[in-house]
Amino acid sequence: MLEVKNLAKSYQKDKPALTDISFKIDPGNFVAIIGPSGAGKTTILRSLNQLIKDDAGEILLDGEDIRSANKKELRKLRRQIGMIFQNYNLVERLTVLENVLHGRLGYKSTLAGVIGRYTEEEKREALDLLDKVGLSEFALQRCSELSGGQKQRVGIARALIQHPKVILCDEPIASLDPASAQNVMKLLKQLTEEFNIICIANLHQIDLAKEHADQIIGIRHGQMIFNDKADELDQEAIAALYGASAAKELA
Amino acid sequence: MKQPKITAASYLGKKRLVQSGVLALVAVIYAIGCFILQFDTIQGALSIPKAFSWLAVNFMPTQNSMTYLPQIMAKLLDTVLMSIASVVVAAVIAIFFAILGSKVTGINKFMQILVRGIASFFRNIPLVAWAMILLFSFKQSNFTGFLALLLMTIGFLIRAFMEIIEDEAGEAMMALKATGASYFQVIFQAVIPQIIPSLISWILYMIENNVRDATLVGILTGTGIGFIFDIYYKSFRFDAAGMTVLAIIIVVIALETLSNQIRKVIL
Repeated sequence: MLEVKNLAKSYQKDKPALTDISFKIDPGNFVAIIGPSGAGKTTILRSLNQLIKDDAGEILLDGEDIRSANKKELRKLRRQIGMIFQNYNLVERLTVLENVLHGRLGYKSTLAGVIGRYTEEEKREALDLLDKVGLSEFALQRCSELSGGQKQRVGIARALIQHPKVILCDEPIASLDPASAQNVMKLLKQLTEEFNIICIANLHQIDLAKEHADQIIGIRHGQMIFNDKADELDQEAIAALYGASAAKELA
Repeated sequence: MKQPKITAASYLGKKRLVQSGVLALVAVIYAIGCFILQFDTIQGALSIPKAFSWLAVNFMPTQNSMTYLPQIMAKLLDTVLMSIASVVVAAVIAIFFAILGSKVTGINKFMQILVRGIASFFRNIPLVAWAMILLFSFKQSNFTGFLALLLMTIGFLIRAFMEIIEDEAGEAMMALKATGASYFQVIFQAVIPQIIPSLISWILYMIENNVRDATLVGILTGTGIGFIFDIYYKSFRFDAAGMTVLAIIIVVIALETLSNQIRKVIL
């Protein structure tokens, strides 16, 4: 279980980016974080694996406090938290297989990681995962040759090979066409259930969030103003998040 | 309704005015400069054709200058090899410092400032000055030329590599950091593979550049192609000097073409 208590962060003095964010998520749940641009969605997500150091609060993953971990402990915790990005953040020059295997680096000795030595078992698992995300025939192609949707699926495979408890998705479909976006969302939802993990995605598309997510967290001006089942997100809640005109447009 | 303070027409009008003002200012600075230096623009322009015809007559290689060709080619080969050697060594040193000093891979603020300082120190001392300074310690030798090129190239490449790392490696780095990879794993698995094409592109450019610069260094340090150019020139064998220049141009163009081909393949 992932538990966030009273998380707070400000980038400038007296200008809080996040205030008093608290929520709990159980395994097997796909959670969408929605809200206007600049509301603090990315800050929340990146605090969860401490790519951004927050100012106060608690983040507990199965009871372990991520915020108080030292460097070595943080490495160990991070390998339990996969992450996928809007711009995929792959090493474009390397092959699909090598990019997936990068997800194992947290488990390796520094030297084995530096020279890129992976076990047969890891390679087999990487190929299995590529099969799962529908990219088995691309394993030895360079990532730069793939389409956006395919790149994002490589990102998902890289996250899965970490054997994560949590996958964080920072605007996973913002750079994709509608069809690829649907595919990626479906895939994330399906994998969340299959592996019984927690998946948290920052989204701009309210309709996709309602369609695929189990739980929705709504953020505005760094404050959490909605946290409930996806079905409960009604016109009123959308108006509170984005303003009345946006709610009308979506109706 | 209240009238907005700036209308589109007035904004564009003002922008035109500013542009004309800047243009006028540049013209005035030029005029003042000419006056102070007592430079006559028209006469200056008229003497350009004269200069070129003098060049054509005196520096044109003749049948006779072909006899110098073996000597020129041998020295030119020395020069090309020297610039390749200086760039390769500089690149190895520069990548190390660039990783230490870039904003995304740098260890700490102090190191970043230090590396930036070293880079701009080496870069901003002119090549000629480096050659003269090193001449005292290392005398007239290929090594002096090599060292002068090396130091300047290090300065350039540190700066270029740092910018490449900052532009190209940040995203992949973050992804690997998020998997729990250690610093060295991130450097070798994300940063270096990601930046290699741009790195090679810069290395090739510096090799071309150093062949040109090596001529100048050679004149000062008495080595390579610059040295024989100097000898021919000072002994009034202008046709042979012209031949040398021609050979340099051909080699530089050939290198440029070759490196463009390599770039096409690797990028």
